[in-house]
Amino acid sequence: MATRKVSLPGVDLEVFDGGSGAPLVFLHGASGFNAGSPFVDALAARRRLIAPSHPGFGGSSLPEWVEVPPDIAHIHLELLDGLGIDRAQPFDLVGCSLGGWIAAEMAVLIPARIRRLVLVGPVGVKTGPIDTLDIPDIYTLPAAAVDKCLYHEPARWKLDPSTMTDKELEVMVRNRETTALLTWEPWMHNPKLRHRLHRVSAPTLFIRGESDGLVSAEYLARYAALVPGATISTIAAAGHVPHIEQPEAFVRTVFDFLDA
Amino acid sequence: MKAWHFSETAYPYLPPASEYESIRVSLPNRHYDPVKGAELWDRYLDEWCIAEDEGLEIMMNEHHQTATCVDPAAPLILAAMARLTKKARLLILGNPIANRRQPVRIAEEMALIDVLSKGRVEAGFVRGVPYELSPANSNPVRTNERHWEALDLIVRAWTNTSGPASFEGQFFHHRNINIWPRPYQAPHPPVWVSTTSPGGATRVGQNGYIQATFLTGFDGTRAVFDSYRKGWRAAGRGNDIPNHRLAYAALVYVAPDEAQARAGAEKLLWYVTANKVSPQFANPPGYVNASAVVQMMRGASHPLSAFKANASVDKAIESGIMFAGTPDQVRAQIARFYDHVGGFGHLLNMGQAGFLEHDETVLGIRTFAREVYPWLKENYPDTAISGFESQRLAVANGAAGWKGPLV
Repeated sequence: MATRKVSLPGVDLEVFDGGSGAPLVFLHGASGFNAGSPFVDALAARRRLIAPSHPGFGGSSLPEWVEVPPDIAHIHLELLDGLGIDRAQPFDLVGCSLGGWIAAEMAVLIPARIRRLVLVGPVGVKTGPIDTLDIPDIYTLPAAAVDKCLYHEPARWKLDPSTMTDKELEVMVRNRETTALLTWEPWMHNPKLRHRLHRVSAPTLFIRGESDGLVSAEYLARYAALVPGATISTIAAAGHVPHIEQPEAFVRTVFDFLDA
Repeated sequence: MKAWHFSETAYPYLPPASEYESIRVSLPNRHYDPVKGAELWDRYLDEWCIAEDEGLEIMMNEHHQTATCVDPAAPLILAAMARLTKKARLLILGNPIANRRQPVRIAEEMALIDVLSKGRVEAGFVRGVPYELSPANSNPVRTNERHWEALDLIVRAWTNTSGPASFEGQFFHHRNINIWPRPYQAPHPPVWVSTTSPGGATRVGQNGYIQATFLTGFDGTRAVFDSYRKGWRAAGRGNDIPNHRLAYAALVYVAPDEAQARAGAEKLLWYVTANKVSPQFANPPGYVNASAVVQMMRGASHPLSAFKANASVDKAIESGIMFAGTPDQVRAQIARFYDHVGGFGHLLNMGQAGFLEHDETVLGIRTFAREVYPWLKENYPDTAISGFESQRLAVANGAAGWKGPLV
């Protein structure tokens, strides 16, 4: 099984570790990691794909001291040490949404160890005016409006609890709970991060789904401008989760960048 | 038995409910007319004073960004009542301590009002309903943990008399706690905690604080009180749980004439029927545990929302969330409820809501105070012991026979 439990001091992580080749670390977004998603096999076909469930997501435990995404960045660095991804072996890092925020926090901690960095619809910085949210407050929106922010084709991805087991639903609910814990205040950002992003030294690609209702094109451009030399790529017919809605285009975009 | 007059101090002059999404959190405050609001506040304060004259105690609460309760700073109103009254106990139920950032400041506020009132404060603390989280910008995750740590800090601040003390918890940090004034009552004002869940009540019982539960009806209330008793006993507080540790809040309306009582009771239902809240405010992530959320996704609903779907005075009385009628009828309703839940020592009378006008409210207060309250005090003295004989005997005979709540 590619998915296994890795025990670190004070936290147990569920980790997908499959495929072979140069290591590619994938950090999931708010909805968690699903090893059955088509993009997973496609990435693992060419790389050793390491995809931890963040603390409080999937089957990973949540230590009481974890409160903000930088806490998770520290845990994932410890995980990589445990998996033998050491200083001599730079790795590629891909993070989506909340996972993009965590990836950015890791990149400013250990810039030299990251070969290439891909941030997909990332949150994590505040760049806009004081009286306008950079990211819409999903907790004040009706569920249908949130789906519209997330998906290019909301109808296709509409949740049907009757097709899910209690355990699957519980994981989903817990993922939402941990997301709220991590992003509630300051809303979807770490005020410090923007002052550290200049330390990122890896070539960096920002990816955005064209219909993303959470991460606007303007936000992404301002975010990318904080990272030296970063470029932006847009995926058509996708919302906030292009890796789910357009897996082929997503995988192609990622490999084109990593192989360049 | 002590009875308390309680009003949520609503502002009911709203457009039709069909014209807004939610009475809480997002209803624009342009619908609040401050002139009408000031008149309402005069009235609500007067009604508490009348309740005191009639021998009742006084209870208030706070909510935020809602027309259902326009008291977003209950300590201020509590302070006003400290000066407007002379003898009534003053219950704030309560301070939403999971949503306030400075527990030491709350300890100071309560101590000051205790001094102003010469020791009449009853200091209640609540985790708060879910729709309070957004107005407070308060993280919905770990609210229980914050609540209990804040309460611990407040009690330490009240009882520390030897100069600056420190507190370094998970959520709150202080290096120099030394509040002036300290509380009038020693060692501190009575502490109340409200919870409507049996899980929460166990912890309240372990701490020996006064447990209040709101509109939980016959079986829900019994489950909460049983859990409280279980926690009390488990913490080694003794086999007998005094009645005065348990409180129940219900909609209460009494009038001499059945038709009048009925009309008042109908108006009180506003409290239940007006509570139109958008789903995203009613259940933010983390407020209830994951398995309970899953059950809701499978179709389970909160007991109160089921009631709301076909709200009526008869159903409210039948389910035990309302005591209403003539004095005889209300005495019988309360007696039946009391026996079912194993006894309690405080009746929190929600005696005003929505469009229940001043004269009607006063009639309800007076009739209750004169025709029902004396009977309650006589039959359910403050010295009474709460709980069921079978539970007490089981514990007395070695505890092994008693495995917990019987419900």
